[in-house]
Amino acid sequence: MTENPKLTKKDFASDQEVRWCPGCGDYAILAGVQKTLVDISAKPENTVFISGIGCSSRFPYYMNTYGMHTIHGRAPAFATGLKLARPDLDVWVITGDGDSLSIGGNHLVHVLRRNVNLQIILFNNQIYGLTKGQYSPTSDVGQVSPSSPYGSVDQPVVPVRVALGANAQFVGRSFDVTRNLPILLRAARDFEGTGFVEVLQNCPVFNDGVFELITDRKAGKQRQLWVEHGKPLVTLDGTYGVRLNKNELRVEVVKMEEGVSTEDLLLHDETNRNLAWMISDLPEIKALGILFRNTSAPVYDAAVRQQLQMAKDKLGEGDMNALLRSGHTWTVD
Amino acid sequence: MQETTREDLDSVVIRFAGDSGDGMQLTGSQFTSATALMGNDLATFPDFPAEIRAPAGTLYGVSGFQIHFADHDILTPGDAPDVLVAMNPAALKVNLPMLNRGGLVVVNRGAFTKSNLKKAGYEENPLDDNTLDPFRVLDLDISKMTLEAVKEFDLGAKAAGRCKNMWTLGLMFWLFGRDRQSTVAWLREKFAKKPKVAEANIAALNAGHIYGETAELPSGIGAYNVPKATLEAGEYRNIDGNLALAWGLTHGAKLANIPLFYGSYPITPASSLLHNLAKLKNFGVATFQAEDEIAAVCAAIGASFGGSLGVTGTSGPGVALKAEAIGLAISTELPLIIVDVQRGGPSTGLPTKTEQSDLFQAVWGRNGDAPLCVLAASTPGDCFFRAIEAVKIATKFMTPVMLLSDGYLANGAEPWPIPDLGQIDDFPVSFYEGEAEGFHPYLRDEETLARVWPIPGTPGLQHRLGGLEKGQDSGNISYDPDNHHAMTELRAEKIQRIAQILPEATLDSGEAGADLVLVGWGSTYGAIRQSCERLREQGKNVAHIHIHSIWPLPRGLKELLSSFGRIIVPEMNNGQLAALLRAELGVNAESYAKVAGQPFRIAELTDEVARRMENAS
Repeated sequence: MTENPKLTKKDFASDQEVRWCPGCGDYAILAGVQKTLVDISAKPENTVFISGIGCSSRFPYYMNTYGMHTIHGRAPAFATGLKLARPDLDVWVITGDGDSLSIGGNHLVHVLRRNVNLQIILFNNQIYGLTKGQYSPTSDVGQVSPSSPYGSVDQPVVPVRVALGANAQFVGRSFDVTRNLPILLRAARDFEGTGFVEVLQNCPVFNDGVFELITDRKAGKQRQLWVEHGKPLVTLDGTYGVRLNKNELRVEVVKMEEGVSTEDLLLHDETNRNLAWMISDLPEIKALGILFRNTSAPVYDAAVRQQLQMAKDKLGEGDMNALLRSGHTWTVD
Repeated sequence: MQETTREDLDSVVIRFAGDSGDGMQLTGSQFTSATALMGNDLATFPDFPAEIRAPAGTLYGVSGFQIHFADHDILTPGDAPDVLVAMNPAALKVNLPMLNRGGLVVVNRGAFTKSNLKKAGYEENPLDDNTLDPFRVLDLDISKMTLEAVKEFDLGAKAAGRCKNMWTLGLMFWLFGRDRQSTVAWLREKFAKKPKVAEANIAALNAGHIYGETAELPSGIGAYNVPKATLEAGEYRNIDGNLALAWGLTHGAKLANIPLFYGSYPITPASSLLHNLAKLKNFGVATFQAEDEIAAVCAAIGASFGGSLGVTGTSGPGVALKAEAIGLAISTELPLIIVDVQRGGPSTGLPTKTEQSDLFQAVWGRNGDAPLCVLAASTPGDCFFRAIEAVKIATKFMTPVMLLSDGYLANGAEPWPIPDLGQIDDFPVSFYEGEAEGFHPYLRDEETLARVWPIPGTPGLQHRLGGLEKGQDSGNISYDPDNHHAMTELRAEKIQRIAQILPEATLDSGEAGADLVLVGWGSTYGAIRQSCERLREQGKNVAHIHIHSIWPLPRGLKELLSSFGRIIVPEMNNGQLAALLRAELGVNAESYAKVAGQPFRIAELTDEVARRMENAS
């Protein structure tokens, strides 16, 4: 067998002109995904991107892989059907905060609890971009937008908490312009089951700078809490740490300079769903990386395939002539 | 014992009626099995409430099962019962008006208690006044005799009482000379883990039978015999519409040589299609019980993208929810079958009752100009062949196909000559594997206009499908005005070309140029056919056309229709096919609508047509 020459990011780019707004975080995510595919030596023909509707969902058109730009909110359902039919394919779902948490909330919950072996990248820009800037289910209370001129009064959802609550077995979070994105995507891809990754994404037109405190190249290091299994929960530059208040059974964000030692901090345990929940919506800082991963959960598509095989082993290959004659039959002479 | 002398009858209609918890559907289906084994032709009509266990004794909780069996070819479950089995006052009250005068009423006096009479709205016990004078009556305390029969099994009063349907069935078996063995075997299998329950039911069944043998029946009531029907020679089985659909889809996928993927969400009366297919895993059938109707169709489309035959099944409300996704399958030109087992609408409507009111929804119910193929099955057995046809069209033309059935076909059973599968040609799919150079996913077959079907995993043919308009010559997103117009026409034309492989319009019975033609579609087939026969017996010159493809309409239909003096379209909706024929063919199609959740009766159809013909002359 001849080894294929190593593909480059270009090999994963389609011939279509990318049409996101200048400065959109989606460009960085596109590059991050293409790099991930190069890193894992993916085959373009065995890779499928399935999206819903929205700015992020134009993504498949820009990939030189198989893809489907489907209907609003339903990408997880298309992807589930495809994965059940074709377990050999590497299936990625591309979705946004409106697509997956508003109109498609139901499908997101169900694909996660089933643990279908695919990846979901949720581009969260806390706004409806393609429909020109209405507040989304992740927008902050008070967000002023064309549909909320006096500020939104909707309480937002925290995407990773939806995932954790839906019994997702791999929950990660990152942001658009970090070099760490391909590392997290690769981990999601390597996970057997649904790899759910929320990517904080800047919309320069309708919600510019919404994540700036976290993502700023310099100042952001203070607030980025890149979690690692077995390591203390401390932000990138050591400003903040996360400590367990045992009396109240809650976590608290502490300033390290106020006499806190690393030994006082919680160690990250990616197999602990409760811990993941507790660090998923912290004040001041943002937990990033693999918040939760359970490698021992059953995988839906594998279980479905296994039943199909079991039925064949037990009953033999189906015979329609015999089936038509099953139960009572009679002959008229 | 002396052999009973039996009176020969050529045809009998029995209606079993009781509380929805009385086991009337089971009783009816057991009588059906035994009757099929006797070689009668038969048709059945289960008629039950939407509530699973409606409050006992109430009028709306009455569950009925009608069977029509005969020594000749029959096509409907019969207009009016000759025999009514009423297990309680409510069942009597609801069903007595349907019974033919002189018909036989078998009543369980044990259930005619004060409180049950009150619930049914009887002030006097109808068994003791003149209510039943026009009928022959077998007035029996079935409750008491059942308890006596199963006493030795020590089941407790409640479980013992449940055996009364088997006692009744035993009596009916004796009255109509049916064999008990199939029911005995069925009970032993059903209650394999509760042998005591099985034996008690068998004891009740036998007791009912013995009662018939030994008791002195009132005058005018005897034992009957319905001789075998002279059906065409061959091997037969009973089949209902949803079973035939499941098997037809499975066999169709085999003929197309691709796996079947069925995504569905439980809904009456389509759920048993999911149940039936879920049993066929060894045929490679993958079933997916989705989180909702939308996910069910989306998963099916996803599977089709991967090279499976994606199928989703539902009823009217589910089709409404799936509409946007069906539009995507039209736009991406992927094979997809949507089975719509229609029920009464609008909205939740009459979930357990039959109707044909989704025709407009099937043909036109999507945003944009979104044509697809609409087929309609006409009998339970026809569901098998129509499903195969749907698979063929979906894969050959790369299009969604809507396959219409209804509650009446889904639940009604008929003896079905087991088809010779060798007589059905296969139509294997070949996935596109052409050169990457010059490839795009909307390359078309010149004849069918179907696009190519390359599937993921094929090197060099990576492509993206989506709901945005695509350029006719590139497959890429296109907002070009002329292109959109051209693509709209192309999608319409592709569906029209399906008519080329469908049979030309033909007469089911009667002659071209007759005074009047009845045009039907779907499950009204039997009623229209037999009504036409009766009308011709009355000397009226009528013909019958039954349409199996609603969209596109069969070739030559307009020419054929033009030969008739008058066109009447009987439908279980408010005139939808009639409107479609007027709009599409410019013919003067009159509607005869019945929207009652019940199939047409032959007599009402015959009378109405005769009346209209007389008024015109």
